[in-house]
Amino acid sequence: MNANTVQPQRKAVVLLSGGLDSMLAAKVIQDQGIHVEGINFYTGFCVEGHTHAIRKQDQNKNKRNNALWVAETLGIKLHIIDIVEEYKDIVYNPKHGYGANLNPCLDCKVFMVGKAKEWMDENGFDFIVTGEVMGQRPKSQRKHTFPIIARESGAEDRLLRPLCAKLMMPSLPEREGWVDREKLHDFSGRSRSPQIALARALGIEEWAQPAGGCCFLTDENYSAKLADLWQFRGEKRYELDDIMLLKVGRHLRPRPHFKLIISREEGEGLFMEGYRYMFAHMQTASHMGAFALIDGKLEEGDLELAAQILGRYSKAEPGEALTVEVGGLPGGVSKLVTVPAFGPQDMQPEWQV
Amino acid sequence: MAHYELDARRLLCPMPVIRTQNRIKELEAGDTLDVIATDPGVKADIPAWCRVHGHSVEAIRDLPERREIVVTVRVAG
Repeated sequence: MNANTVQPQRKAVVLLSGGLDSMLAAKVIQDQGIHVEGINFYTGFCVEGHTHAIRKQDQNKNKRNNALWVAETLGIKLHIIDIVEEYKDIVYNPKHGYGANLNPCLDCKVFMVGKAKEWMDENGFDFIVTGEVMGQRPKSQRKHTFPIIARESGAEDRLLRPLCAKLMMPSLPEREGWVDREKLHDFSGRSRSPQIALARALGIEEWAQPAGGCCFLTDENYSAKLADLWQFRGEKRYELDDIMLLKVGRHLRPRPHFKLIISREEGEGLFMEGYRYMFAHMQTASHMGAFALIDGKLEEGDLELAAQILGRYSKAEPGEALTVEVGGLPGGVSKLVTVPAFGPQDMQPEWQV
Repeated sequence: MAHYELDARRLLCPMPVIRTQNRIKELEAGDTLDVIATDPGVKADIPAWCRVHGHSVEAIRDLPERREIVVTVRVAG
């Protein structure tokens, strides 16, 4: 090679979740003189953001989008990609199965790295970086799953995992000398100590620590609500509005053919009111109380039962006459229903979704 | 230079940011875009996205009577 030949600056796209590991991975590669840009995928199940916007008690919480915050901290661009529609097939039919709940973690990782590969090719980038650590996640971040992700995503050896690269065969960016393998790491296992030590060494003093991971599908209660939705519909199918509503309110299914979503506080009620055009809905009229959406078709007696249940979450005493305003019934019909309110003893545990 | 509007009402973050990002790709340098949203998260997220991409936020207006927020973005050159 001619010593005067100017080598092009290599470019890497990093999958940025907003957590510490991908932040470190990006920083490690950035510090080697590589041009780094971030990519962040929105599936609809991402914990980031939503619920803070809904619940009144969370209104004063920091609404920072952590992936954007990481990008800004590192001084890199971030591209947020909507994959809601394409992602459905991953949730419906995960080739590698689900984790402890309805989380298709390995298929998800294969899909996201594959989408990053497409983006890399379209934008003239050279390789993909992830913050994966060998042995950190029981389903997707294991020694035997790493080659599956590289192969099935199509990224092959253009996929570099800087935090555990030394535990693996050298990738293309290492073999070609684009990055110095000696400056990469050999982290493994579930301990966070190596990452925290590296963060401090890199001068990173602040990072997001999402409780319960970054995906609602890893949450047992959320997965139970999604499974109930599928069972009720008789098929694995959802729209974005469905999975948003699974994040709010109390979900009660007093009859197999309908479900009530009852607001727990004012912020949820205001959010749910935005769905009045899609569902029949109820609001207590005679007493202070909650707002509810009705998902399903009501049969004889169901409306009265639903109103009694709503009474449980109102200021009405058990057995007291409660008037409920119902709207959005077939034909756009609205009506008032007066029933004796339920008390706690009237509620059946099996109604809880 | 032209002025445009983007309706991002009823969308929760990051969807308003994604819609803003995708719309701005179609605009010219110096154009302005009013993003009309209902999620208060846009007050933090759209400015953050603009900062990492070099665009500028010219104004953020709260319209409480309509429960809306309007973020005005000027596209960078």
